[in-house]
Formats: sequence, structure tokens, C-alpha cells
Amino acid sequence: MSGWPILSLVTFLPLLGAVFALLPRGDAAQVARNVRAVALLTTIATFLLSLLIWINFDHGTAEFQFVEDREWLGGAIHYRMGVDGISMLFVILTTFLMPFCILASWESIHTRVREYMIAFLLLETLMIGVFCALDLVLFYLFFEGGLIPMFLIIGVWGGARKIYASFKFFLYTLVGSLLMLLAMIAIYIHTGTTSIPELLTGDHFDAGLQKWLWLAFFASFAVKMPMWPVHTWLPDAHVEAPTAGSVILAGVLLKMGGYGFLRFSLPMFPVASDYFAPLVFALSVIAVIYTSLVALVQQDMKKLIAYSSVAHMGFVTLGLFVMNPQGVEGGIFQMLSHGIVSGALFLCVGVVYDRLHTREIDRYGGLVNNMPRYALVFMIFTMASVGLPGTSGFIGEFLVLAGVFQADTVVTALAATGLVLGAAYMLWLYRKVIFGELTKDDLKHMLDLSPREKLIFAPLVAVVFWMGIFPGSFLDVMHVSVDNLLHNYDTAIAAHEAGTPAVAEGAQR
Amino acid sequence: MIEVPALLPALPEIILAIGAMALLMLGVFIGEKSLRLVSTLAVLLLLGAAVAVLPGYHDTVVTFGGMFVSDSFGGFCKILILIGSAISVIISVDYLERENLKRFEYPVLIVLATLGMLMMVSSNDLIALYVGLETQSLALYVMAAFSRDSARSTEAGLKYFVLGALSSGMLLYGSSLLYGYTGGTGFAQIAAAVSGDGPVAIGVLLGLVFVMAGLAFKVSAVPFHMWTPDVYEGAPTPVTAFFAVAPKIAAMALLVRTMFGAFPEISDQWQQILVFLSIASMVVGAVFAIVQTNIKRLMAFSSIGHVGYALMGLAAASPDGVKAVLIYLAIYLAMNVGAFALIIAMRRKDGATESIADLSGLSRTRPAMALAIAIFMFSLAGIPPLAGFFGKFYVFIAAIDADLTFLAVIGALASAVSAFYYLRIVKVMYFDEPVDAFDVNTGRGIAAVATVSALATVFFLVFAAPVVRVANTAAQSLFQ
Repeated sequence: MSGWPILSLVTFLPLLGAVFALLPRGDAAQVARNVRAVALLTTIATFLLSLLIWINFDHGTAEFQFVEDREWLGGAIHYRMGVDGISMLFVILTTFLMPFCILASWESIHTRVREYMIAFLLLETLMIGVFCALDLVLFYLFFEGGLIPMFLIIGVWGGARKIYASFKFFLYTLVGSLLMLLAMIAIYIHTGTTSIPELLTGDHFDAGLQKWLWLAFFASFAVKMPMWPVHTWLPDAHVEAPTAGSVILAGVLLKMGGYGFLRFSLPMFPVASDYFAPLVFALSVIAVIYTSLVALVQQDMKKLIAYSSVAHMGFVTLGLFVMNPQGVEGGIFQMLSHGIVSGALFLCVGVVYDRLHTREIDRYGGLVNNMPRYALVFMIFTMASVGLPGTSGFIGEFLVLAGVFQADTVVTALAATGLVLGAAYMLWLYRKVIFGELTKDDLKHMLDLSPREKLIFAPLVAVVFWMGIFPGSFLDVMHVSVDNLLHNYDTAIAAHEAGTPAVAEGAQR
Repeated sequence: MIEVPALLPALPEIILAIGAMALLMLGVFIGEKSLRLVSTLAVLLLLGAAVAVLPGYHDTVVTFGGMFVSDSFGGFCKILILIGSAISVIISVDYLERENLKRFEYPVLIVLATLGMLMMVSSNDLIALYVGLETQSLALYVMAAFSRDSARSTEAGLKYFVLGALSSGMLLYGSSLLYGYTGGTGFAQIAAAVSGDGPVAIGVLLGLVFVMAGLAFKVSAVPFHMWTPDVYEGAPTPVTAFFAVAPKIAAMALLVRTMFGAFPEISDQWQQILVFLSIASMVVGAVFAIVQTNIKRLMAFSSIGHVGYALMGLAAASPDGVKAVLIYLAIYLAMNVGAFALIIAMRRKDGATESIADLSGLSRTRPAMALAIAIFMFSLAGIPPLAGFFGKFYVFIAAIDADLTFLAVIGALASAVSAFYYLRIVKVMYFDEPVDAFDVNTGRGIAAVATVSALATVFFLVFAAPVVRVANTAAQSLFQ
């Protein structure tokens, strides 16, 4: 590899852009124009730079790559960055979605554009950092720091109940994260290190301690994911956030929970994960069925998609905790796919919201008559969300169900009902908004997709099909890392059941 | 033959004592117009004393017949105190001129109070402790009532005085018990008489409890916090700013010094008291702040909560715990001087305002000021990557390391509750519609202090390592 600290560059490039966004002077319109350009260029540059990570990524090893390690707080706490097959794709997902967020806010955000763009660029730095950090403290810093810009994005540029939503988002997440912080400190005291690679090798904790630590981490990740019953912040936050905020929330922030399970809970506390897996299954199945039913009765487009997110994340946790190759890879794939698809669906809602300024499903109808291109795009993403073969959604859900089937057929059957319900509410939404008679006068004047909007949707559509038709290009990347994760997990479980601590066997990576 | 004690270890104190007299005379000669000159000289004097701390920083020296100790723990705290006092003078001058409180005694009183604080930090004897504490307190009582014509200010001064006298009484009563049961007033003598083996004499325990109660009053730990909101609200804002920082650091340092200096062997006895004080302070600080509408009262409860976290580090009763306390105090200083500088800057044409509602929409009328306040609020709430997070982080490490996990859990939950009211201020500034803008002319001193402390709060994560290292050596000096 070249000597460049590429992960740090990708992580902090948006921050540099945020500094540049402070510079433009002049009247408000001028500043807004320049700041938008700065933000767009920065996010595109970050995306292109992050592609270098993918290009130079070695598929054949489960080791962390592009590792950086510097002294930081003194003692064991270092500035460590690195990616493996699990985290690398999340970095790409983040950098990929950001330019669309900026473009989606191009016309819909008029007030305080500079602050808005700075908040987004800051958020991008923190999100990329979460997936690159290889030190507990550094991870926590990025993980928690993201609350500040998101709080402001919802609170300043949000809808009618923005204050309630922003506080709920912040406080829910904060309570969970603080417990995780204490668990991280306990790990630090117990092992004397905060290095994630070191903690991933070997068996550091006895079963009793594992369970406590697992619960503390679970408190944070379950809220972030979000899992039933701590999901209630999500619909509020989604509904009130501006379009781009919803995209980032659904596309990236929710994935931090799943990534956390993969990076911490499963490999570091295997015995506890095994012990608590039935709990996770139960919560996931409830999430899949219950939130799907709730989604069926929603009047608000964004709320419906928000509940569908909870259901989809239920699939992800199911897949991750069955701990077999199909389940885990399916879970990761489902997260990536959901990141693109739900982000795109929120953008679809944003298109009509920008024109009519309402998200109420009943206010729409018959849009296929005057917005045929929009109808097509919306249909593609609806189908991807439902999990139609050929789209990205199918691969993830199929793999997860295949994985879960090996473990528990009843859970599979229950989860599969979620697919049916998912098809029901998404098709219902699509029919109400797109089909039917075009009767309402204000709808008749709505224009089809603008060139800017086409530019946003074209790459997203391409990626949805790419992921659906050639899933291998994504699955190959994670294959070795997932195998290694499973191997260590099985070793640790086997050793625990045999009654001996697995010290030597687990030290494969 | 009279033996002259070594004076050099007390050089900062001597500089301040002589300097304060000189400033007082200067003020008297020049008269009413001398506030700015005396203030400038007072700042230089305080910073000069901070420089005078440095030469003896690394050596532990005991002098004045064992009553006075100079070590790096003391040095660290003294530098924080002197910086805090100097900044308090800087951010006060404009306010005093505008509010018609142009009296040169103000900076002199700060210097005298600071002198008392330095003596507290260095005290190695119950009598020295008391003398330092009273030197500080008398100056503070006067300052609380500095706005003589304001009923609120005089009320604050009187309240502070009466309750302060009560706490001094408790402290003295405890000291006399300790003297009676151990036969000495020096910390070293007490420590020698109170050993860990065998049961501890009930008189010593009573004395310990009373001394701790008196000191808990000074750091305003719950349940000895009742004076804090009223005094903070009633005193002129710059005085509140001063109260919130330097005396807190001094009293905290004194508490640390007393516990580890005089009672190192019976830490299990005082640990439980500190655990209680810490929990009570964190919870009360978090819950009671929620309903406040006056920003000074809110900051009073906020400071009570922060004392709870600092006490958590002390409750760990370990070198790591002291290190955590020192880091916490340093960060607390940076956040609070900045926040208070901006609270002083809250004024309109018709005078100073202090209600939270007056901050509405500040992000549109004064974006830079709103941003700085938001930074301080997020940092006070302990949200990473800002400085306040690291303070809590090290305190939690010390607590969990000392098997006080439940204390850390309560601290974490209290910090989530307190986040609510810090967020409320951000909400008022960023989400609400603007009201009348504040006066643009904040004064250069306030702007500079707010800028520097905001930068320090944001970039603490970059230069955290040296601070942690210095705090570590300072903490170690207490355990030699």
C-alpha cells in the first residue's frame, strides 16, 4: 500500500470542506450558491477518494487493512484506523450517499444554507470515522459525536414537531451510548487495551462478565438499530427531519447499530451472544411483524417508510445472530441494500414533498399521469424494498431467510410473513400515490423529475440493479472477514461448552 | 535564635499578598477612575504569580513548620486557580463600568481571595487550612454583595456569609475534635495517629465528618448546596463567573489534599461519604436544573452536578482518581469561563439580562456567540468529541477501576438527564424564533476569552495527551 493515510484522508476531507464552507462572503444568495458547490465538490471528492480504498482492498485476508496507529491520549489509547471486509463497504455506502443528500437539499433548503451544509459535512466525517475506528475510545468519539450535527439538522431544518423529535432522538441514543461507554471502560480496565484488533483475538472475558458487557453494548446498538421496543424515536425523527436528514438516518446511522453488533457484540462476547440470541430473535420477529402491521395503517409517507426500516432492520438482526455464513452475509448485504433503497425512497418522498409540501398519502393519487418518470423510479425502489428478484432487496432477504432456516424454521416462517406484509404496505403506498384518477387540481400542475432529480436517481437505480444482479462483487469483499468472524465465534462457543477458555484457538486473526 | 522558615516555596502567595497591598494603595491614591489600571495590573500580578509557581513545580517542599506544602499537585491547581482568577478580572471590567460598579476594590478583592485559595491548596495543617479558607471566604462574601444598591446582591452576600459562617463553624468543630483525639493539627501528625489497623476512634470519625461537611459546603456538594443557586443568581454576573470557577477548584483541591494528607489510611471511611455526596450532587444538579428559567441559576445547578462528577474521581481514592479530578477541574475551568464570559455579554440597551428566553434565536442575530454557547453546552453535557467528554471519561475510568461501577452507572444516567437542559439552551438559540438582538459591543476581553476557551474545548482532543500526562505527575506527587 502507498504511504498515504488514506482512511484519515477520507474521514477528514469533509471536515476540510466544512472549513472551506465558512469562507464565502457576500449576500445570502451568493453564499448559499457557493456553499452548496463547496459541499457537493467535497462529498464527490470524498466518494472518489474512498473508491481508492475499494480498489486497493485485498479480498483475500481478514486482517485489517490501511491500518494507521498513532499515539493519542497516552497509555493504551491510540489513534487507530483500519478497515476489513465488513467495515469497508459501509465506508463506501456513506461516501456514496452523501452527494445525493447535498443534491437533494439543493433547492429545498433556503434558510441557513451554510450551517446546513457544514452540519452535513461534519456528520460525514463522524460517520466515516465510526466505520474506520479501530480503538474503542475513538469509535465512541465518532459514534456519539454524530448526535450533535443530527440533532441540529432535525431541530433547525425539520418539520412541525421538530423539537420533540430532535430531543427524543438525542436522549434515546445518549442513554444507550453512555452505558456502552461504561462497558468500554470496563473492557479497558479488564484487558488494559482499547485496541479493537487486539480485543478481537482470543478470549478476554469470562461468561459472566461477557453477559454484562453484552447488555451494555446492546443498550446502545439496539437503540441505534433500532430494535423493537426502543424504535419509537425513529418514526418521529424520520418524519420531522429534512429529506436529506432522513436519507442519512436510514442510510447510514441505522447501520451503525448493525455494524456495532458485528464489530463488538458477536466477536468479543461470543458466549453472551449465543446466550442472548433467542432474545434477539424474539425482538427481531416482533419487530418484523409488528412494525409491518403498524406501517400498514400509516397516513404519512415518511412514517410508513420509517416503520418499514424497523422491519427491515429486524431481518438484519435475525441474520447476524444466527451466525452462519448466509445469515451474516445476508444481514450485511441487507444493511447495504436498505441503505440505498430506503435512502432512495426518502428521496422519492422528498420529490413530491418539495412540490406539494405535504406527506399525507391521501393528498396524492394518479401521479402516473403527469409524472411518468417519477412513477417508474418510485416503482423500482418500491420493488427493491419489497425484495423483488433482480433488485438488491431480494439478495439480502433471501440470504437471511436461508440462514435462519438452518437454525430455526419457526422463526423463519414468522419472519417470512413480514415479507408478505412488506409487499402489502409498499404496494398499497404505491397504488395510493401513483395510480388512480388524477383528480386534485394542485397535483395536475406538478412537473415530472427535473434534470437535477434525474441525476440523483440514475446512479441509485443503477446500484440497486447492480447489487441485485451481481451481488458477488459485494459478497466477495466480505467473505473472508465473515468466515474469520464465524470461525472465531464457533471456536469460542465450542471452548466454552467444553469448559475451557479458548485462548490459543481464537488467535487466528 | 529565631529560625526563619524557607520562604521561596510560598513565593506565589507572597507576590500576591504584597501585590494586593500595592494595588490597594494605588487605587486609593488614584481614586474612582483607577478600575481599568488596577484591573490590568491585577491580571499581570495573577499571571506573574502563576509564573512564580513554575520554578518549584516539581519539588515537594514542606515549610513553615510543616504547615505549608508545595508540590506539583498544588502547583497544578494553583496555576488553574490563577488563570481562572485572571480571566475573571478580564471579563468583569466592561460589565462593572456599564453597570456603574466602577470600584477598584473589585480586582483587589479577587487577588486577596486568590491568595486565600493558594494557601488552601498548599495547606498541610488544619490551622493553615482554616486561615486560607477564611482569607478566601471573607473576600468572597464582600464580592457577593458588591452591588451594594441591589437588594438581590446584598441578600446574596448576607446569605453566603451566614451559611459560610455556619460551615466554618462545623469545620472548626471537626478540627477541634481531630486535635483532641489525635493530639495534632498537622496532616502528617493526624495521619500518623489514625492508622488503618484496629477500629477508628469515634471522635476522629466525628471530626472527619464535620470537616468534610464544612468542605462540602465550600465545593457546594449536595446536601450542602442550598446557598449556591441564590448566591449565583443574586451576585453580579462577573462575581458569579468568578465563584463558579476558581473557588470551586481551590476547595476541591483542598478536599483532595485533606483526605489524602490526613486520612490516607482510613479511605474506606471517607469514601462512603464521598460516594453519597457524589451521587446526591449529580442527581440534584441534573434534575433541578431542568426547571430553571434563569441562566445563572441553571449554571449553579450545573456546577453542582459537575462537582458530583469531580467527587466521583475523589471517591475512587486512588492516584488515578486524583488524576481524573485534576483533568476534570482543568476542563471545567475552560468550559465555565467561556460560558460565563458569554453570559456576561448577554445585555440589551436597557441593561443586562439573564433569562434563558432572552437567548431565543441567538443563532440568527449573533451566530458566533450562539455557536460558542452551543459548544460550551454540548461540552458541559459531556458529548464527544468536546472537552467535557474527556473529563467524564477519566472520572468513569477511576470509578470503575475502584469497583464503584454503580456510581459510574448513576453518573452516566444523571449525565443523560442533564443533557436535556443543556440541549434546551441550544434549542432556544437554534430552533426558536429570534427576539431582540443583544448589544453588539461585547468588549474585547470577553470576546477573546470566549474564543480561546471555545477553541480549547473543541480541540482538547488534539492536545489531551500532555494535559493527561501533567495531571498524572501532579496526582502522583500526592502519593509519595
